[in-house]
Amino acid sequence: MSDISNTKPETGAFFPRDRAWHAPALTPAYKTSVLRSPQKALLALDNTLSEITGPVFGHAILGELDDDLIHNFAKRGESAIGERIIVHGRVLDERGRPVPGALLEFWQANAGGRYRHKKESYLAPLDPNFGGCGRTITGADGAYRFRTIKPGPYPWPNGPNDWRPAHIHFSVFGHGFAQRLITQMYFEGDPLIWRCPIVSTIPDRRAIELLIAPLDMANTIPMDARAYKFDIVLRGRRSTLFENRMEGN
Amino acid sequence: MVQELGQLKETASQTAGPYVHIGCTPNFAGITGVYEADLGASMVNDRTRGQRITICGRVIDGAGTPLKDAMVEIWQADAAGFYNSPSDLRGQADPNFTGWGRCPTSADTGEYVFETVKPGRAPFKDGRLMAPHITVWIVARGINIGLHTRLYFPDEVEANAEDPLLARIEHRHRVETLIASVEGSVYTFDIHLQGEKETVFLDI
Ligand SMILES: [Fe+3]
Repeated sequence: MSDISNTKPETGAFFPRDRAWHAPALTPAYKTSVLRSPQKALLALDNTLSEITGPVFGHAILGELDDDLIHNFAKRGESAIGERIIVHGRVLDERGRPVPGALLEFWQANAGGRYRHKKESYLAPLDPNFGGCGRTITGADGAYRFRTIKPGPYPWPNGPNDWRPAHIHFSVFGHGFAQRLITQMYFEGDPLIWRCPIVSTIPDRRAIELLIAPLDMANTIPMDARAYKFDIVLRGRRSTLFENRMEGN
Repeated sequence: MVQELGQLKETASQTAGPYVHIGCTPNFAGITGVYEADLGASMVNDRTRGQRITICGRVIDGAGTPLKDAMVEIWQADAAGFYNSPSDLRGQADPNFTGWGRCPTSADTGEYVFETVKPGRAPFKDGRLMAPHITVWIVARGINIGLHTRLYFPDEVEANAEDPLLARIEHRHRVETLIASVEGSVYTFDIHLQGEKETVFLDI
């Protein structure tokens, strides 16, 4: 909380979510959505304090290796197997302003495409030095970065031969609970992106393209790691500067 | 041509998938030694003010089966109606109450559980008081974009009757999908994704 205490707190309502830009709830090609999608219309409500406010996380929660998936589960002196990469970018709002103090949590499969999870059944081996989770908090300019290995693609039981493109899952907290977002980042050039039923739940190709991180040679660490850039945009707020106040409020 | 507005589009949501617990509650997922504790596992401490309550329930799919791979988050005001957030300018919330909780649904029963306090009333935009409520957010495999809803309390009949959100629900029999049931200090709130009892979800 101390990290953003010198910026004026924002109290405006968020812009309405563009529901046509996001995936609809029911996307039959992604079979699990069939029984898990609400069928009735959502109840629209202008934001109240419950949505305008949200939990804020300070850097004090972070451990030294939280942003280093190559080492945060590895035995001392060892490291995870795989292509070493840096993932970095900025968290912005829809008005293009940086979102400082945003908590990002990420999780991913190992280099062979295998998750460390008891329900995971893919035959690719576990890496004893890779857990698959990490987190960080954006700085004053909304920037973040973490170190990991490039996850492998993996098959999943949807169609008879569906494969997920290589991806990293992101969970994002901005400053208001209405900004809460979970998404996935993909890697430039992966031919599986355009064959994936989960990617294809998103109707607008431009929205998909914004989930694909380009290779960013300017931010590589020579002889160590390549870099991919992934910016995240959260909902923006209406300005409260000239807001009408109702009588008696 | 005119100048561009320069608005950005929100990053598209994608499902949290079956392994959301690796990233959000790794200790629960058996990945220990990375984080000391899972975030959101505890909302209260010994000094938290207010009436202690337990919130529990299940997330149920269109076939009547509880989801065993979901994650539920709640966000609420403290006992006096203040939010532990810099964006609540009305006053200082209870420093011993986070207001935010996160719980995976049980791999055996599908149940989620939160130990919290009963929230106070906070004002709606026009100054009217809302009934005490808890914001609930649900993600899981098969859910493409997180679902927002609210839990209201069955023992707040008068406040519920004047709540601006509950008043907006056109089909009045659906109001009860947002009202928990109570036994002692335990409130049960089952969330139905589909069907006859489909919970009212919010576009907020
Ligand atoms: Fe995945």
